[in-house]
Amino acid sequence: MIAVLLILIPLLTGLATFFLKNEKTVRFWALLSSLGTLAVAAIALTVQKDSSLSEFHGEWMQTLGSSFSLGLDGMSQMLCLLNALAYPLVIIATWNSKYFRPHQFFALMLLAQAGMMGVFLATDALLFYFCWELALIPMYFLCSQWGGEKRIAVTFKFFIYTFLGSLLMLIGIIYVQSLTPDHSFSLNSFYMAKLTPDQQSVAFWLFLAAFAIKMPIFPLHTWQPDTYEQSPTATTMILSGVMVKMGVFGLLRWLLPVMPVPSVTMGNYVTCFAIIGMIYASLIAIRQNDLKRLVAYSSIAHIGLMCAAVFSLTESGMQGVMLQMFNHGINIIGLWIVVEITEREYGTRKISELGGLAQKAPGMAILLVIVALANIALPLTNAFPGEFLMFNGVFNSYRSNFGIWFTVFAGLSIILAAVYTLNMIRNVFYGNTNAITEKAVDIRFNEKLALGIIVAIIFVLGVYPQLMLNITSDISEHILKAVKGTANSGAVH
Amino acid sequence: MNALILSALLGVVMMFSGIWLKSKAAVRNTAIAGIILLLVVNILEMCGTVVFKIDTKGLIVPDRFGLLFNAIAFASTLIYFLLSARDMEKVGVNYAEYLALIFFILCGITLTSSYQSLLILFLGIEIISIPLYILTGSDKRNLKSNEAALKYFLLGSFSTGLMLMGIALIYGAVGTFDTNYITMFTAANKPGVLMIGGMLLLLFSMSFKVSAAPFHFWTPDVYDGAPTVFTSFMATIVKAAVFIAFIRLFDQTFGVMQKSWQLFAAVIAIATLFIGNITAVFQQSVKRMLAYSSIAQAGFMMLAVFSMNTAAKEGLLLYAAAYSLATIGIFAVLIKMSDYTFEGFNGLAKRQPLLAATTTICLLSLAGIPLTAGFISKFFMLRATMATNGYFWLGIFAVLMAAVSVYYYFRVIQAMYFKEGEAGNFEVSTTFKWLMVLVSTLIILLGIWPDLLIRWLYF
Repeated sequence: MIAVLLILIPLLTGLATFFLKNEKTVRFWALLSSLGTLAVAAIALTVQKDSSLSEFHGEWMQTLGSSFSLGLDGMSQMLCLLNALAYPLVIIATWNSKYFRPHQFFALMLLAQAGMMGVFLATDALLFYFCWELALIPMYFLCSQWGGEKRIAVTFKFFIYTFLGSLLMLIGIIYVQSLTPDHSFSLNSFYMAKLTPDQQSVAFWLFLAAFAIKMPIFPLHTWQPDTYEQSPTATTMILSGVMVKMGVFGLLRWLLPVMPVPSVTMGNYVTCFAIIGMIYASLIAIRQNDLKRLVAYSSIAHIGLMCAAVFSLTESGMQGVMLQMFNHGINIIGLWIVVEITEREYGTRKISELGGLAQKAPGMAILLVIVALANIALPLTNAFPGEFLMFNGVFNSYRSNFGIWFTVFAGLSIILAAVYTLNMIRNVFYGNTNAITEKAVDIRFNEKLALGIIVAIIFVLGVYPQLMLNITSDISEHILKAVKGTANSGAVH
Repeated sequence: MNALILSALLGVVMMFSGIWLKSKAAVRNTAIAGIILLLVVNILEMCGTVVFKIDTKGLIVPDRFGLLFNAIAFASTLIYFLLSARDMEKVGVNYAEYLALIFFILCGITLTSSYQSLLILFLGIEIISIPLYILTGSDKRNLKSNEAALKYFLLGSFSTGLMLMGIALIYGAVGTFDTNYITMFTAANKPGVLMIGGMLLLLFSMSFKVSAAPFHFWTPDVYDGAPTVFTSFMATIVKAAVFIAFIRLFDQTFGVMQKSWQLFAAVIAIATLFIGNITAVFQQSVKRMLAYSSIAQAGFMMLAVFSMNTAAKEGLLLYAAAYSLATIGIFAVLIKMSDYTFEGFNGLAKRQPLLAATTTICLLSLAGIPLTAGFISKFFMLRATMATNGYFWLGIFAVLMAAVSVYYYFRVIQAMYFKEGEAGNFEVSTTFKWLMVLVSTLIILLGIWPDLLIRWLYF
């Protein structure tokens, strides 16, 4: 029941938002709705053991073998919490940004939230596909309506890219469904489907296409920097904070347990591409002059590490991914908030045109530096335990003989991250003020509040990551067991 | 049987209504009342109440599948009348005759949806085609309309000739027109040259009628040249009806010899998908784009003919409904526009927000986005294709083409929402707006609960 509420609240409030007129009302309404969702998501953390609360089965498209089934486990609890937490943060932090037709803007934002909740909760492949697309459609309209100058072409590329990926996944879903014993789309039937290794590798590539485009993994990443740059920043926060997690989530829920054999045999290739992407994106990030593009490339690098850790198929890597999915979402929203404020207050995102902001806006500088240090995974920040676990996983992977090389090259990207992040801080916040930053004032209360919450989470999870790891430990173990069990029996075939 | 007799009668009534009734509104209302009556008697027949009982000696067998399609066709025509009947007045003076011709086409549709003899199939196709030739050329002062009618007539009669030739060859092989006998014959004997030749000729002529590539060349010119109101009708309901005839023919008559034509059907489906989608990308006029989009959608429907299983037949009915609804909706808005190019739609969302929103839902449905009927019907087609052994790649090819189709459907959405422009300087009635809302609601309802329609096939 809780799971249904998580989808229904943003869906219904989102639809209602279309009919509100006053801008203030719209903002309060959206904030109220997102706080409501957050409260439900917090309650959802406590119901894992009670299946009557955490699961829901409704009748839907019986003739096709599909049902409206939702379920909460550790991974979906964590991601729903991230999704529910991201929205109030975004709404509070962008309280002062002006949008034309605000009711449509916030309505679409809330509808996207409902779609993403559906993705994280669905335990039926067709429902998963429905929600996967439903999260995308509002994003398309948000980016093309309220984005930057080149928004239409850029968003179009983004849409066609991801749509093509999801259609390939649809073929994969139909293919796997036709091979399940009871011709059903439910997650359990997918897990029980006895696919031969050949059938698995066909389905593997079809599913991987969708997830790799969404994350994105090199060389399918070309839509991402442009889209992040052109989208309105509130949308970019959701895109990079929550939506890219759909790709990682898809790997963990639908790819590894259903197609374990190719996950083991092909894992090296995918990891290779992920690591090439990490280094490549980090190198490009160093050369960026635009704040938004810098954060976008930094995001590719972080997601690449998550992908590599997923395919390490170790307990440590898995838990690291879980932890880091949450942390990366929170941290990158923090970075975007600062970018958003900078652009709104000073009218530019060019690093070369800014400077000396720390003198004028000390509050912002302190908060940003903490978020930025979390971005390069300094100890005591939340990203440190996450990335450490992931590196540990990649290094100790039983699956691969190249663990050490993967770790070395992936580790390079951490150093590069320090280069571009610290460079950005130096150029934007320190040094002398110039004409643009001369009259800068410190950030407002609501912005401090949002950044303050983020910084608090950064420290809490940096010092005591077990909080999050406890939630996800069962599901991580479960996924690994499914992969190892089936992969071994598959090898016998 | 009910619908067949009544639609022919109504056609005659409409012809005379032009003489008896003075005002055009009265003629229109008669037509709307007529189509509602048709829908009602058809549903009555589905529930077992037959008004006209005629022994056709097994020439016509109205089964569940055919009757359900009739209901879809009549309901779509009703919506079409309500949305666009007013716009037929602008085409020419013979208002009542246009409506009469449409009823005659519906009469042909009831024949093609429930024939059990190749002769009736031929009659049905001809009864559909001849009024269409007239409707295409009904804008008499417009050269493009004349050209389209002539082109359509010449090429159409050529394909009719092929069809007749095919039927004759099959008659030569089997000695009967009855599709049941032909099935039994092909099950018992190895098909000879006459049989295969006749079957291929039928395959090609039917492909021509549904504008499947490489027999599609008439489509863009005819759809573009014909008055837009009639393009809307022939691109949707008529095309769907011919597809129903197509799938009946290859399911019942040639179902046993599937192996010998399946590859041909696959090649036609691929060519249609490819040519329809790729050419639509390069169009500058929305009307012409919709003509190519109808070819592209025909490619998806060809997948049903190709795979020919339960999912395919259920899916084709759903596809017919989804495609007809969405396309009729878009055409109804297009007729109101003064400029048919993509730029002509610029800024429509600002002046006509409701029309833009409902058109968007229609476009999303055509593009196959989830939650719309278009998605679920494409899903059925893909499932049917994937169930056929050895044609996995055909499904992948189809989705690649579906991704291409997003390009041209979304161009209209972009023009309406994200570009500045002057579109929408016209008045539309509140009824029209509500009807568009109804169309989009139906599209979404079918997209969420396809069982709403499909269960009628069995209960």
